[in-house]
Amino acid sequence: MTAAIEGHELKRYYQVKGEGFFAKPTILKAVDGASFSLESGKTLAIVGESGCGKSTLARLATMIEKPTEGNIFISGADPHAHGGAEIPRLRQDVQIIFQNPYGSLNPRKKVGVILEEPVIINQNVSAADRRRLAETMLDKVGLRPEHYDRYPHMFSGGQRQRIAIARALMLKPKVLIADEPVSALDISIQAQVLNILMDLQEEMNLALVFISHDLSVVRRIADQIMVMYLGKVVEQGEASTIFANPAHPYTQALLGATPAVDPKLRRERVKLTGELPSPLNPPPGCPFHTRCRFVQDICSSTAPPLETKFERLVACHFAEAAVES
Amino acid sequence: MSLLEIRNLSVEFETVKGTFRAVDGVDLSIGENDILSIVGESGSGKSVSMLAVMGLLPWTANVTADKMEFEGRNLLTLSSKERRKIIGQDISMIFQEPMSSLNPCFTVGFQIGETLKEHLGLDRNARKKRAIELLDLVGIPAPEERLKAFPHQLSGGMSQRVMIAMAIACNPKLLVADEPTTALDVTIQAQIIDLLVNLQNEKGMALVLITHDMGVVAETAKRVVVMYAGQQVEQQEANGLFATPHHPYTHALLDALPERSLGLDRLPTIEGIVPGAGDRPDGCLFSPRCKYVQDDCRASVPPLENISDTTLRCFHPVDLEGQAT
Repeated sequence: MTAAIEGHELKRYYQVKGEGFFAKPTILKAVDGASFSLESGKTLAIVGESGCGKSTLARLATMIEKPTEGNIFISGADPHAHGGAEIPRLRQDVQIIFQNPYGSLNPRKKVGVILEEPVIINQNVSAADRRRLAETMLDKVGLRPEHYDRYPHMFSGGQRQRIAIARALMLKPKVLIADEPVSALDISIQAQVLNILMDLQEEMNLALVFISHDLSVVRRIADQIMVMYLGKVVEQGEASTIFANPAHPYTQALLGATPAVDPKLRRERVKLTGELPSPLNPPPGCPFHTRCRFVQDICSSTAPPLETKFERLVACHFAEAAVES
Repeated sequence: MSLLEIRNLSVEFETVKGTFRAVDGVDLSIGENDILSIVGESGSGKSVSMLAVMGLLPWTANVTADKMEFEGRNLLTLSSKERRKIIGQDISMIFQEPMSSLNPCFTVGFQIGETLKEHLGLDRNARKKRAIELLDLVGIPAPEERLKAFPHQLSGGMSQRVMIAMAIACNPKLLVADEPTTALDVTIQAQIIDLLVNLQNEKGMALVLITHDMGVVAETAKRVVVMYAGQQVEQQEANGLFATPHHPYTHALLDALPERSLGLDRLPTIEGIVPGAGDRPDGCLFSPRCKYVQDDCRASVPPLENISDTTLRCFHPVDLEGQAT
């Protein structure tokens, strides 16, 4: 079976102006070699701190940007082949929900118009059918048909996120990309929105790419996980395997830093000293070596390859030591 | 004797649509060396109640209380001049957005020095010495150079450390931290929380932690106050609260946490949304969303009562088996 969405050695570099007028531009490696393959009905979570490239990966997956190197495949088709002729068609299959529901809905348009816009642009459907479609979608996300004629400011954050979900699903996409969909929401609302996402994923057999920094949410929803640090994938594999026993020191630190209510779920807190280095000037060798507790000489000179160890992919010279700790 | 004693604190705002009660009948008592956490969803009045204590609310706010005493001094009747002597010296506060709480026009050293000059009257050299000491204390590397840094040169975590340094500059007896880590990444969040708890321990100050993150609360607080729509609904020891929440809202809120429902198909949710200014129900404010609602809940507001070691605002609290009495 072909994967709904597949990334192959994706890289996205940006040129950034140097400081000062005559300084040479520097290269920012926002995503530096990420591969994944996701089937319909499954969820891939992309985890990492700010600046690790997770949102850039979302932009690559939605074809908003073209990868500098590597290929993306939507149901087996490469959108950037043939000069991008296929992009308009393939974009209908990949839709996105953004983090901040206050910024992602046009305040001057009614909910109905917001929902119908993707259909107007991409498909040839009569106005009556569009309205029916929008109303069924409102119902699916737990809103009422009378909300069709209201403006976004009349809704709370949780309801706006539901509208954003409804809009993303209007075209019946195969892949849904959710970029931090619940991090702006309160706990009780977060649970409602997560449930809707899971319900609709099941109903429409969606491949869900879930970008988040909140590991307690990821643990709940993900089948596969990809942990990123400064543009590099450091650990990737089945969610259950990684949560049971993380092999990369960074994943361990992330898990340890996530506060848990239940003392049984609490891990020994691996203290990370220092701050995230600037992605403009990443440390040589392993990008994590400046904050790692297993660091040795080799880490600062040679970047560890992403290898299969302990039933998952991990990029660390000392994964064995990390697993045993 | 407790450090801060609040009885029946209410804050009202006059709006075009009538009076809005942002905080409604909050009782707090904070002892020396105590860590109290105030949790609640957005709009529950947790920040406003502490801003009222600090006297930082705009003039439109109408603050009333039966008692609001800090070290036996009545904060309500103090002149603003006398009050300013307490605020910043004996009580200080850290805010949510570190990036926007610092003044972008002045160096970090100047901003820390301001507090020291105002409250302790230190001369220039003493201020500099103390500022370096403080930056060192909050774990900023190369503090002497950092004094000359402007806020835009610091990362979010660093800015929050500077804010903490400013807040503890005069050795306060009470530190109020309003969502100190919400804007930060998890690994940095863990560092900041550790720093706050260590400082609290070393200096023996009392800490009020306002947050919506249940995990953070469970790992740090000794006592927890839960707020809903401006009202205090439950107060308990932290361990007790997470093991046996008695208020239906607390109960439902904890159930909605993703980590508590790992085995379940879907997350348990609280139906509906927090009532806004215009649609507050008669009777118990949580009654429209409560699973255990009965007729008396809709008729009158339950009083805040002490039941063994718990302060509760509920007619039918949840017992150990999760059943309403």
